Amino acid sequence: MEATYVILAPVTIVAALGLLVVRKAVHAALCLAVVMIGLAMLYASLDAPFLFAVQIIVYTGAILMLFLFVLMLVGVDTSDPMRETIAGQKVLAALLGLGLGLVLVIGVVQASLGTMKGLSDANAGGNIEALAALLFSRYVVAFEATSALLITAAIGAMVLAHRERLEPRQTQADLARRRVRDFAVRGTHLGPLPPPGTYARHNANDTPALLPDGSSADSSVPALLSGPGANGKDGGE
Amino acid sequence: MMDTVTPYVVLSSILFTIGAVGVLVRRNAIVVFMCVELMLNAANLALVAFSKANGNLDGQVAAFFVMVVAAAEVVVGLAIIMTIFRTRESASVDEPRQLKW
Repeated sequence: MEATYVILAPVTIVAALGLLVVRKAVHAALCLAVVMIGLAMLYASLDAPFLFAVQIIVYTGAILMLFLFVLMLVGVDTSDPMRETIAGQKVLAALLGLGLGLVLVIGVVQASLGTMKGLSDANAGGNIEALAALLFSRYVVAFEATSALLITAAIGAMVLAHRERLEPRQTQADLARRRVRDFAVRGTHLGPLPPPGTYARHNANDTPALLPDGSSADSSVPALLSGPGANGKDGGE
Repeated sequence: MMDTVTPYVVLSSILFTIGAVGVLVRRNAIVVFMCVELMLNAANLALVAFSKANGNLDGQVAAFFVMVVAAAEVVVGLAIIMTIFRTRESASVDEPRQLKW
């Protein structure tokens, strides 16, 4: 047995199992990084130096960073809900996975796959040169098709990420006009809201200002701090 | 020098199985996506191993194409997850079941 395989196979399997059991999505991404780098080293030991580099640059570098980027956007603290929507889903999935794994492994072990011919002949003029010769001769149609695929994917991502504006953008003039109209119709205060903490015992932002008659002006507290669940508070006071 | 391809294909099968179980078990859409990536990587390992076993580079070219497809798939898939998250405020795969009705 080759030493690379003996060392890397358990590491990748343990990291892949970690993908199943860790609670946080960021930890799952780190497990996946271990699997991918392990596979990259296996590629290197399998006489595929180009795929070794591509695996690290494209998978670990680009795809995994994209995963982490989206994780940061979505919120790193979103962990899996514990409640199951389908009863016994985990047990069933484990049984099915065990069955699939057994069938695959036993089938592969039973089959006689022959001895390795080795790539010393194919890689004689350099692995990258040989791959390029193959890519631009026999697989040139597939190569062109991937360019169409990549363009479609880029446009698709742009369409999905685009947010349609449902109403026209409010300019400062619009906001001023609405404020004056509110004053004319409903008599709402025209000027700026009272600043928080004025005449109060504290100057903290969530302490309402005191009016001359001693009552507190609730409108002086920013809406973000006074709403339910704001700043660790449970509901309005 | 290992003289048979079987250990690599066994490792590939195990990784593929783990990925498949992960797709069934995990609820966070992003982790489900990572498990799909794991399955694609497992297939790549088998392709590269068979490339060496057969003594030609067709397997490596196939693995290269799988990587390209995986990259395109991740871009579109993550964009869909972001769109769902923006409307539903959740990245759980249980939420879009409300599309049924």
